[in-house]
Amino acid sequence: MKIHEFQAKQVFQKYQVPVPRGDVAADPAKAREIAEGMGGFPVAVKAQIHAGGRGKGGGVKLARSLDEVETHANAIIGMNLVTHQTGPEGRTVKQVLVEAGVDIEKELYLSLIPDRETASVLIIASEAGGMDIEDVAASTPEKIIRVTINPLTGIQPFHCRNVCYGLNLPSETIKEFTRLLKQLYQLFVENDCSLVEINPLVITRDKKVLALDAKMDFDDNAMFRHKDLQAFRDLDEEDPLDVEASKYNLNYINLDGTVGNMVNGAGLAMAVMDTIKLAGAEPANFLDVGGGATAEMVENGFKIILSDDKVKAILINIFGGILRCDVLAKGVVEAARNTKIHVPLVVRMEGTNVEEGRRILAESGLELFTAADMKSAGDIVAKIAAA
Amino acid sequence: MSVFVNSDTRLLVQGITGKEGQFHTRQCVAYGTRVVAGVTPGKGGTDMDGIPVFNGVREAARETNANCSMIFVPPPFAADAIMEAVEAGIELIVAITEGIPVLDMMKVKQMLKGSGSRLIGPNCPGIITPGEAKIGIMPAAIHQPGGPIGVVSRSGTLTYEVVFQLTGKHIGQTTCIGIGGDPVNGTNFIDCLAAFENDPDTRGIVMVGEIGGRAEEDAAKFIKEKVSKPVVGFVAGLTAPPGRRMGHAGAIISGGSGTATAKIAALKDAGVHVCENLGYIGEICADVFS
Repeated sequence: MKIHEFQAKQVFQKYQVPVPRGDVAADPAKAREIAEGMGGFPVAVKAQIHAGGRGKGGGVKLARSLDEVETHANAIIGMNLVTHQTGPEGRTVKQVLVEAGVDIEKELYLSLIPDRETASVLIIASEAGGMDIEDVAASTPEKIIRVTINPLTGIQPFHCRNVCYGLNLPSETIKEFTRLLKQLYQLFVENDCSLVEINPLVITRDKKVLALDAKMDFDDNAMFRHKDLQAFRDLDEEDPLDVEASKYNLNYINLDGTVGNMVNGAGLAMAVMDTIKLAGAEPANFLDVGGGATAEMVENGFKIILSDDKVKAILINIFGGILRCDVLAKGVVEAARNTKIHVPLVVRMEGTNVEEGRRILAESGLELFTAADMKSAGDIVAKIAAA
Repeated sequence: MSVFVNSDTRLLVQGITGKEGQFHTRQCVAYGTRVVAGVTPGKGGTDMDGIPVFNGVREAARETNANCSMIFVPPPFAADAIMEAVEAGIELIVAITEGIPVLDMMKVKQMLKGSGSRLIGPNCPGIITPGEAKIGIMPAAIHQPGGPIGVVSRSGTLTYEVVFQLTGKHIGQTTCIGIGGDPVNGTNFIDCLAAFENDPDTRGIVMVGEIGGRAEEDAAKFIKEKVSKPVVGFVAGLTAPPGRRMGHAGAIISGGSGTATAKIAALKDAGVHVCENLGYIGEICADVFS
């Protein structure tokens, strides 16, 4: 689960990680009011969306007067912000973070992620702050420091020394920086983060360390023990169909193609998407109804797929193991009737009780195509979608 | 022969009295797996279909000589259950549970280092040596005993599809292992490839991967250097959009790495026969393994 910069900074403050003074505004008047309380300029006005690259897209502006704060806030709130992470459709900005300007001496990069290969918390740091870290990794990999921390021992002083010396920090900032690293590590493990990124982390002219930006993402699997973080979820930042599907406990991702598909199991669902593409069509979605799908979930899956206007045909591919094919077939028939399905339906199923399942489909009176195996399923549905 | 499990495996089930645990334990027993004990804290002294239930793993193992555990404990308590099994010296731990927090699994993984235990999973269908033992939730009927092919996969139903096509071509399996779809898991591709390479009855290997991480790339390097047997590979997720988690917690393309294209290229470079369209994997296997 991703959260906004201003929310991530609230979490930082809870852990005594220093951030610039600021507050969030949903209209220009409120932005002006916040800036008034700063008592000085410049003031930064920053669009709050769940995507990086906001500055380049025109979503971050510096203001040197209250009128400018209001002008910038007026321009940014409501704008459709397109960045390299939003895709061409962009995102509508609903709020801005209004923040006191900072006198910067040095910009650094710092992030913490779980490293799947070493089963450790990985700290990535670089002197090349403010830039896209993937570009830094590609062009000057020697400027990137990696320190892995075993979660059983937690962060130790030597981890911090390796980061500080690797960054060539001025000696007067080392104590403060070490404290910050330890706090960030605590924040990371206590909240089950899957990303904490500060770019840039700045050293000010008076040698203070400050998180100028904040990006935070949480492990969805751990949300059961962080009910407090749920309040940060912003449904406006998610695809409406994805949100609808999550209500039914369906694993759904909306895509650009025309072939809707419903599959049990995530790996098989991906393979079915690939099969559709290899047959010459484009998948309209990813939908995993789970290994133990019920007739009700199949019906909900239909509803979600059909609410996407792009869909011209639907392919159902179920490998019945625990889920018996006859149960599935009944579910499909019922769902097709209840949802008044208006596009051609191709069904391929295999596994337990498949004969009975096929009989139920054949006798249902529904207009559907049955495919004997995966390759013909892909070919049939691609042909229909192209027609 | 087979790898990791056979007809001598003595299984205990953690979470045996839950709905899932009960259902799948019965399926395993029906297949012929020797289920010797169950563990459910608070239900020690009772039994499930005559299988004795204990409060803890150490006691269960001591009383029944169980050497393998299958875990159906819900996500909030699953890491604890795995650690309990490691602490009790269980040789093989098969964690079926889906949805364990990454941080919990990182701790489990660190604890496994230097222990005598092997973990399969979590978030996996389990492991089966057809005709000998089924430890997991896979549909038994699709498998064909007697080998000669070993199967290793990150996905559940995708594996069933592959095995189904193999059996359809009358190609039997030595052992089929689901290593799970989580970013941090126990046994990896390389462990399974090495075991199949050393198993005299396994004469070919099918490896099923998906987007995310670099397990397939690491496996490709290992195959190039250490595997003499023919390998057929499949990687799901050519059409997966970057930055989105495709169902499995580990299936995500991040920062341009973990793509199916890169994994397929690495496998091809290692001499793996890569099948790009899943519908054809049975035919390709029949071709390669004939």
